[in-house]
Amino acid sequence: MTTAPTTDRAALVRAIASQHLTERGPLLPVLHEVVEELGHIAREDVEAIADVLNLSVAEVHGVVSFYHDFRTEPPAAHTVALCRGEACQSVGAEGLYADTRARVERLGTDVAVSEVFCLGNCALGPSGTLDGRLHGRLSAERLEVLTEGWR
Amino acid sequence: MALTLPNGRVFVPGDAAAASVGADDVAAAFEAAGTPVVRTGSRGMLWLEPLVELETDAGRVGYANVTPEGVARLVEVVSRRSQGDLLDDPACIGVVDEHPWLTSQRRVSFARVGVVDPASVTDYEAHGGWTGLRRALSLSPAEVVQEVTDSGLRGRGGAGFPAGIKWKTVLETASDLKFVACNFDEGDSGTFADRMVVEGDPFTLIEGMTIAAHAVGATEGYVYVRSEYPHAVAALRRAIDAAYTHGFLGPDVLGSGLTFDLHVRVGAGAYICGEESSMLESLEGRRGEVRAKPPIPAIKGLWDRPTAVNNVLTLCAVPMILADGGAAYAELGTGRSRGTQVFQLAGNVEHGGIVELPFGVSLRELVEDYGGGTLSGRPVRAVQVGGPLGAYVPATGFDVPMDYEALAESGAMLGHGGIVVFDDTVDMARMARFAMEFCSIESCGKCTPCRVGSTRGVEAIDRIIAQQDVAANLVLLDDLCETMVKGSLCAMGGLTPMPVQSAIRHFPEDFEPRDTEQSGARA
Repeated sequence: MTTAPTTDRAALVRAIASQHLTERGPLLPVLHEVVEELGHIAREDVEAIADVLNLSVAEVHGVVSFYHDFRTEPPAAHTVALCRGEACQSVGAEGLYADTRARVERLGTDVAVSEVFCLGNCALGPSGTLDGRLHGRLSAERLEVLTEGWR
Repeated sequence: MALTLPNGRVFVPGDAAAASVGADDVAAAFEAAGTPVVRTGSRGMLWLEPLVELETDAGRVGYANVTPEGVARLVEVVSRRSQGDLLDDPACIGVVDEHPWLTSQRRVSFARVGVVDPASVTDYEAHGGWTGLRRALSLSPAEVVQEVTDSGLRGRGGAGFPAGIKWKTVLETASDLKFVACNFDEGDSGTFADRMVVEGDPFTLIEGMTIAAHAVGATEGYVYVRSEYPHAVAALRRAIDAAYTHGFLGPDVLGSGLTFDLHVRVGAGAYICGEESSMLESLEGRRGEVRAKPPIPAIKGLWDRPTAVNNVLTLCAVPMILADGGAAYAELGTGRSRGTQVFQLAGNVEHGGIVELPFGVSLRELVEDYGGGTLSGRPVRAVQVGGPLGAYVPATGFDVPMDYEALAESGAMLGHGGIVVFDDTVDMARMARFAMEFCSIESCGKCTPCRVGSTRGVEAIDRIIAQQDVAANLVLLDDLCETMVKGSLCAMGGLTPMPVQSAIRHFPEDFEPRDTEQSGARA
């Protein structure tokens, strides 16, 4: 989906923005939908959204750059997000995070490892998401099993 | 004991925590075997998840830590529709409602969580739902506000501000348009009660917000949910649709003439948006930067209109207060902390989960009796109460009663009721550093003490950890903390020093110069 031709992409972004025009404060819902539909928010998307919502490009860019979720690059093939909150740290999350990063780098596959601060699974840590799905009681061995098909 | 299974139904939590340890696969295995499955919330005994319950004539019988492979055995039990061996299984925990971990609690906000089908508006009604709303609609807005004031309910998000007084301000501020906004940006590590109540019993929040709308004169409501909670977003959206269909939301709620429209908005991964004014900025479609106060949101909130901003748990306490009266709620608790608090046991704890009790229970009872000590089996060294901005409390301080004032007096705070347990391998200098690092990552950047102070704080603690000029850097750090406390715009910068300074105060040995042999011990 991320390889949509530019004109199609612009039309789609404009259509998404237009659909939210009647809502109060539509910018965040629009940006979420663009990420969901197109994988990331490109520079030209910012201009199209600003135009449809009657905002300045600076305003839209400011919002995009403020929030972690509004990715401006296409996503990796697979994602691992590990929690580094205190509750997960108390059961070894820091070691798991460092270990996972190192292992993924060694593999050289198209996997993005990122940190998150709390997934609300604090009694069953270490927690993380793999391709968006939440997992608790993670360990290096468990991650190995769960990511087996990614190579 | 012979039991029969009247409907052959099983209950499997659809809660995110249960799903994180395999509940979805367990539910799928039951469905594949032709067993009717009801996806409930979680009972909050998270160490037992996936906890499957079989419906019997004696009540719902629970099976702990069920795996997809273990489903076949349970299906066989269900298909026989009996008998003695039902309770003999090693994974069986007996009738779940009779489990001592639950019977010793006082569940008010969590009474239905794990019990009802969160997708069913009729199941909600059958379990006492909508009683509070019906009564509220028979009262004037001022009477509803009075009832909430009489209950003594205080904001559960952490600040503890009396909900009735906030609502009174919104009610008495004239405006053509008012809002109710629910802060469901539960970003504190160690807290998950908002998530669990919404995933397991979303209609309670809808009912609480509708009562709030009637009380303050609002016609539109927004729930700001963090994007890390997709299960909760789905559960809430589904429940809102059902509430509209059944006339509990919309242009004429239950024929009362009340108009109330409720919208779900999803955050975008910014911790600061749990601060109420940042949340309002974010709802309006801007960067989540903190607003200076005054004006307070009750007078000028969303789009400059009067807005009642409340936490999920505050709003979820409201239906019961209206159903049973403010006085009944106020009977629970201690001092100026009335009602119940939903505590969340998290981190390195054997029995993690939800403990709802009247205010006043000691931290020791929570950590040792309910929590059962650490998961690792090592001694408890510290607990952090109230999220990333809360204090670290040493084991010697566990007798503090859990209420707003007693905790404040002891240099801690209740926050959102999260309790994170650490064993004796924890390095408190590292935890203090993390508090500053977290603040530097998540600061909105609007005020200097928070934005710059947190970065300088990380550097100062790094020097302490590296044993450079420890004494001088501790003085510097203390000075920096004081600047952040006094000079920050909001609680993010203002409270980050709390975990840092409590760690230094209670665990000075982790910050003192150590000789090289010792420093290896906690590396």
